[in-house]
Amino acid sequence: MLTQYLLSGLTSGAIYALVALGFALIYNASHVINFAQGEFVMIGGMATAALFDAGVPIYFSIPLAIAAATLVGLLLEKLAVEPAREASVVTLIIITIGASIFLRGLATLVWDKKIHRVPAFSGETPLQLGGATLLPQVLWVLGVSAVAVALLAWFFRRTLTGKAILAVSHNRMAARLMGISVRRVLAVSFALSAALGALAGVLIAPIAFTSWDVGVMLGLKGFAAAILGGLGSGAGAVLGGLALGLVEALGAGYLSSAYKDVFAFLIIIAALVFLPHGLLGRRAAERV
Amino acid sequence: MLLRAQNLGKHFGGVSALQGVDVAFARGAVHAVIGPNGAGKTTLLNLLSGVYRPDSGAIFFEGRDLAGAPPHQFAAAGIGRTFQNLQVFFNMSALENVMTGRWRLERAGLAATLARAPSLARSERACRAAAERLLEEVGLARWAHAAADSLPYGALKRLEIARALAAEPSLLLLDEPAAGLNPSETREIDELIRRIAARGTTVVLVEHNMKLVMDVSDHVVVLDYGRRLAEGEPRAVSRDPRVIEAYLGSEACSR
Amino acid sequence: MDCSAAARPNGSRKALLLLAAIVAALPLALPNNYAYEVAILVALNALACVGLNLLVGYAGQISLGHAGFFGLGAYGSAILAARYGWPAWGSIPVTLAGVALLAWAIGWPILRLKGHALAMATLGFGIIVAIVLATEDRLTGGPDGMAVPPLPGIQGEKTWYWVVGAALLAGVWLAQNLIDSPRGRALRALHGSEVAAGALGIDAARHKVAAFVISALFAAAAGALSAHYAGFITPGKASFLHSVELVTMVVFGGMASTFGAVAGAAVLTTLPHLLTVFKDYEMVLLGAVMMLTMIFMPRGLVPTLESVLAAARAKPR
Repeated sequence: MLTQYLLSGLTSGAIYALVALGFALIYNASHVINFAQGEFVMIGGMATAALFDAGVPIYFSIPLAIAAATLVGLLLEKLAVEPAREASVVTLIIITIGASIFLRGLATLVWDKKIHRVPAFSGETPLQLGGATLLPQVLWVLGVSAVAVALLAWFFRRTLTGKAILAVSHNRMAARLMGISVRRVLAVSFALSAALGALAGVLIAPIAFTSWDVGVMLGLKGFAAAILGGLGSGAGAVLGGLALGLVEALGAGYLSSAYKDVFAFLIIIAALVFLPHGLLGRRAAERV
Repeated sequence: MLLRAQNLGKHFGGVSALQGVDVAFARGAVHAVIGPNGAGKTTLLNLLSGVYRPDSGAIFFEGRDLAGAPPHQFAAAGIGRTFQNLQVFFNMSALENVMTGRWRLERAGLAATLARAPSLARSERACRAAAERLLEEVGLARWAHAAADSLPYGALKRLEIARALAAEPSLLLLDEPAAGLNPSETREIDELIRRIAARGTTVVLVEHNMKLVMDVSDHVVVLDYGRRLAEGEPRAVSRDPRVIEAYLGSEACSR
Repeated sequence: MDCSAAARPNGSRKALLLLAAIVAALPLALPNNYAYEVAILVALNALACVGLNLLVGYAGQISLGHAGFFGLGAYGSAILAARYGWPAWGSIPVTLAGVALLAWAIGWPILRLKGHALAMATLGFGIIVAIVLATEDRLTGGPDGMAVPPLPGIQGEKTWYWVVGAALLAGVWLAQNLIDSPRGRALRALHGSEVAAGALGIDAARHKVAAFVISALFAAAAGALSAHYAGFITPGKASFLHSVELVTMVVFGGMASTFGAVAGAAVLTTLPHLLTVFKDYEMVLLGAVMMLTMIFMPRGLVPTLESVLAAARAKPR
C-alpha cells in the first residue's frame, strides 16, 4: 500500500512541480504571482483533447496545444501584465486572477463545460512494479517531468537567455545596465511558464481527465508548492511540488481521502508559519 | 545616566557589526556618535531602539534593562527615533503622521473607539492641536494637510523629527538628520536640535556632517570597526590622533 | 494619496449622512421585488467589503480567504437555528462570538507572515473552511447546502431591505469611528511603515490581529444575514471565487476608502445582474472588468474619482 501511495504522490507531485516552476519563473522575472498559471495547464489538456477529437493525431495535438498555451502566455504578459508594471502586489494579484477568470470563461465559449478524455500515450494496460499497480501514463509523467526539469536547469546554467533571466531576477537594474532586455526576459519567462503548465496539463490529462475548470485547483496547489519551496527558487518549486504531492497522497491514504486537500493546505500553512520564506527561500533584509 | 549600554554585541552571519561596546548618555545633553562608514553607528541606534536584538550585553534605560524587548516597548519607555532611510507614513498627510506620533500618550480602548465616546472626541481635538504646534515648530505648518508623499526631501526629514517628538520622548535618537541636506537646511536642523535639547530632551545623533556635530553636541562617541574608539568633548575628540587616523586624516581636521 | 479623513474631520460625517439618505431614498427607484433583492445583495456584500477594507486597504494586509468567515457566519447561525432550534437573536451573536474567537486564534500565527506567504495562508484557510463545510454533510447538508430558518418577524424583500440597510449603515459608522481615531492611525501606520510604527510604540502584531478579527466579524455578520434572508446556504459562499469577488470589490471601489468599498460592492454586485442577458459571457466579462479596471484605475473607483474632482476644482478657469 505504501508504494502505491508513494507512486501516486510522486505523480501528482511531478505535476505540481511543473506548475510551481511556472510560478517561480514568472515571479523571478517580474515579481508577479501569476494566478492564471493553472489556466495554462487547462489549455494544454483541453486543446489537446479538442484537436484529437477533431481528428488531429495525438503527436501533433500535443505540440500544437503547448504552442497555443505559449501564445496565450505571451499575450497575457503583453496585454495584462506589462501595462500594470508599476502597480502594487494586490493590484497585480487582482489582474492575474481576472485573467484566470477570463480564460476560464473563454474556455467554456471556445470549447464547453464537459469533461474530456485524452488517450494515454502508450496504452492503458496497468503495469506491476514492486507491490503496486501503475498506469503506463504515470511513467510518462515522471519521466517527462524529470527531463523537463533537467532541461530547464541546463537552460539556466548554460544558455545566455537563461542566465539573462537569472540576472533579471537578482537585480533588474543591474541587468538592464548590462544590456539585457528586460522586456524580452519577461516575454520568455511567461512563454516558458505557459509551456511548462501546458506540458503538465497534457501529461496528466489521460489520468485525471480535463475540463474547463481543471486549472483552478492545480493552479492553487502549484502556487502553494512554489510558496512552500520558497518563492523564487526553482529547486524549491520542485521540492515543494513533490513534498505537496507526497503529503497529499499519504494523507489521503492513511487519514481521509475527503480531507486530503485540507491536510495539504494545513501542512503548507504550518510550514509557512515556521519557515516564512519557505523551505529553500532566501531572507531579504530590510535596511532601516 | 539616562541610558547606559554595556558590552553590546551584534553580528550578522559571520560579520561582527558591534563588539563589546559600552556607551553612557547623560540626561539633558546632546550626544553624537560618529565613525567611518561601516563603523556600526546605525547598528548601535537600531540596538538602542529595539529594532535589533543584541547578541550580548545590556541596555539600561532609566534603570531598566530593555535588551531583548520588542521595539514598541522601547518606544513606550520613552525612546524615540528617526530613520536614515526615511520611514515616513506616505499613506497619510503630514499632520496625520505627527498625530500618529502621539500614540503612546493616547489611551483609547476599542469600545470607546468604536462607539465614538465624547472623551475620544476631546482627546482627538487635543491631539490635532498638539500635532499642529509641532509642525509649526519644525517649520512645516503650511504642509499640514498635504499628502506626505508630496513633501520635498528636506521637509520629510523634519517631519520625521516632529513625529518622533510627538511622543514626548525622554531620549531622541536621530539617524543622520542632516543627510542629503544643503547648508541652509542643515543650519535649520542645527537650530531645531538646540531647541529640542533646551526643552530637556536628551538627544543622540548619528552624523557624518562634522560641522553639525562640532556645533551642536556636548559629548561625542567615536566608533570604528564595531568598537568604541574614543569619546569625550567634541574638540578633544577631533584632535585625538586615533580618531584622525581612523578617518585617514580627512574630514575630522579639515572642517 | 487619500487624506480626506483627517483633513476634513466632518467629511466622513457628511458622507455617512449621504449614504443614509441614499439608503432611505433608494426604494423609490426600485420597481419590483427583484430590484429589492439586488439591493439587499449589494448591502450584504458592501457590509463584508467594508470590513475587508479595514484589513486590506487600511492595515495593508492581504486576505484571499475572507469568504471563509462569511461562510462560517452563515453556517454557524444556520446550524444553531435549524439543527438545534435556537432563535435568531441567540444564534447570530453566538456565531459571531465563535468567529471572533477563531479569527483571533488563527490570526496570531498567520499575521506574522507577509506578502505572498500571507496571501497563501489566508487562501488556504478559506479553502479549508469551504471543504469542511462541503464534507461534513450530516451537520451542513454537504455540497447541496441546507435550509435556513428565517428571522422571526422579518419577512419579505421590503422589510429585509431596511434590516440590511440599517446593518450596513451601522457597519460603516463603526468602521469610520475606528479609522478616525488613534487606533485607526495606528493601523494605517502599520501599512505605511511597520518599523516606524514600532518606534512609536505601536504593537504591530496586536493591531493586525485586531483588524483581522474585526474584518472577520463584518464578513460573518454579512454571511449570517444573507443565510437567513435567502432561507438557504451552500458551501459555495465560502469558496475561493467568493473571496476573490470580495477582494475585487474592495480594490475596484478603492482601497483605504470605506465608501469605496461600498461603491465597489454596489457596482460589481449589480453588474452581473444587469448582464444576465449575457449569461454565457459572465466569466469573460467579469475577468475583463477586473483586468481593465486594475490597469487603468489602479487606485480604484472612488479615489480616482476624488482625484479627478480635485483636479477639476483646482484648475484655473
